[in-house]
Amino acid sequence: MYEFSYHKPSSVADAAQAIGAADDPKILAGGQTLLPTMKQRLASPSDVISLRGCRDLVGISSDGSTVTIGAMTTHAAVASSADVQKAIPALAALAGNIGDAQVRNRGTIGGSLANNDPAADYPAATLALGATIVTTKRELSADAFFTGMFETALEEDEIITAIRFPVPHAAAYAKFDNPASRYALVGVFYAKTSDGPRIAITGAGQGGVFRSTEIEDQIAAGKTPDSSSINESDLNADIHASAAYRKHLIGVMAKRAVAAAG
Amino acid sequence: MPSVSMTVNGKQVSGTVEPRTLLVQFIRENLHLTGTHVGCDTSQCGACVVHVDGASVKSCAMLAVEADGSTVTTIEGLAGNADVLHPMQEAFRDNHGLQCGFCTPGMVMSAIDLVNNNPTPTDHEIRDWLEGNICRCTGYHNIVKSIAAGAAAMKGQKAAAE
Ligand SMILES: Cc1cc2nc3c(=O)[nH]c(=O)nc-3n(C[C@H](O)[C@H](O)[C@H](O)COP(=O)(O)OP(=O)(O)OC[C@H]3O[C@@H](n4cnc5c(N)ncnc54)[C@H](O)[C@@H]3O)c2cc1C
Ligand code: FES
Ligand code: FES
Repeated sequence: MYEFSYHKPSSVADAAQAIGAADDPKILAGGQTLLPTMKQRLASPSDVISLRGCRDLVGISSDGSTVTIGAMTTHAAVASSADVQKAIPALAALAGNIGDAQVRNRGTIGGSLANNDPAADYPAATLALGATIVTTKRELSADAFFTGMFETALEEDEIITAIRFPVPHAAAYAKFDNPASRYALVGVFYAKTSDGPRIAITGAGQGGVFRSTEIEDQIAAGKTPDSSSINESDLNADIHASAAYRKHLIGVMAKRAVAAAG
Repeated sequence: MPSVSMTVNGKQVSGTVEPRTLLVQFIRENLHLTGTHVGCDTSQCGACVVHVDGASVKSCAMLAVEADGSTVTTIEGLAGNADVLHPMQEAFRDNHGLQCGFCTPGMVMSAIDLVNNNPTPTDHEIRDWLEGNICRCTGYHNIVKSIAAGAAAMKGQKAAAE
């Protein structure tokens, strides 16, 4: 790891200021992605700005129609939250199955969304549930937030402060784990919302997480979902799975998610 | 260089570190507590697991400066005195839960966090929890047995104390 200066501001406003004043800053949340990246020297920020001092970024609240989760809330806290378990059990279950216990004790929802790993779990839930990403500058719909593999609409000096999830009628997440990394080889999050069914697919797309309106239409019409409409050339192929296999898994996982949501 | 202070195994410690110093380096190199191991240094193996403010974390994936003001427990801090092992350590010894022992400190620290959250884990829950701990010797079977026995012993100890 290259040298850097470390800052631990005690408010989001101070954090934004520290980012503005630095040459090549990086925000540090749980560090579960950023620190390994820095060790491999794939990232070499001049300044690391830790959000650990910003206590107001931690916490979960629920008012019956919306669950709001602070950006620095850990996966373990979301998984064990009685509020999340009651309002959106599929989201609590998803958080409880990310990586391993130690990753869940440090990793945060804000870090996961900002990173937008193409095989990460939270992006699927955020997109399918039609969540709102609240930042220091604005509020973004999930549809506008995810812009490509490891890419988001976030600006350099923009900090995610919270995520607001509308409570769906029902939801479920079906994940086919990569047995080595536990990231999603393919994961499908299904939400039955007041605007109809929403399906978001992670692990498969070359452009990261995406929705399939064709599968959504099938579900709305009461048909069994299948993945025949998915274009294989838009999917990832690697040593873990071919594009054709991922396409097949999208159909299987969509069926399982719809069945599990009931 | 930033200075850090924290409580490690019940003792107040402090030191100056580079911002890039990992918690595991601080524990091993500054405090000379070498029971916490580095197996992979890439967040995969769990040999470096310690407790920070009561939760198990991989100390190779946390900066020492981030533990400033925290309470840290390492494998050396479990046994009350040199003659009496922690029930989970004792269970690993009794059930042949280790061979070379390299993974064991991380296994034990991870197991105690599990039991603190779930005092009576099933074998399936134990295996699931061990996702982040890799052992290249035992085949896990005796580790799972050890943790089940350790959980029962911890429960007994807690009941006796109440
Ligand atoms: C062994 C292992 C297994 C894993 N398995 C899974 C898995 O199965 N599924 C899964 O989804 N993930 C998995 N992960 C990733 C894990 O969930 C990470 O915690 C997560 O991707 C990053 O969160 P973090 O809080 O650690 O962020 P960090 O590593 O601290 O930051 C990640 C990036 O986000 C930026 N950032 C962080 N917070 C903010 C913010 N509030 N606003 C703006 N930018 C911000 C940082 O600058 C950095 O670029 C795994 C990780 C490991 C090490
Ligand atoms: S040394 Fe930390 S996980 Fe392997
Ligand atoms: S006992 Fe040798 S690695 Fe586990």
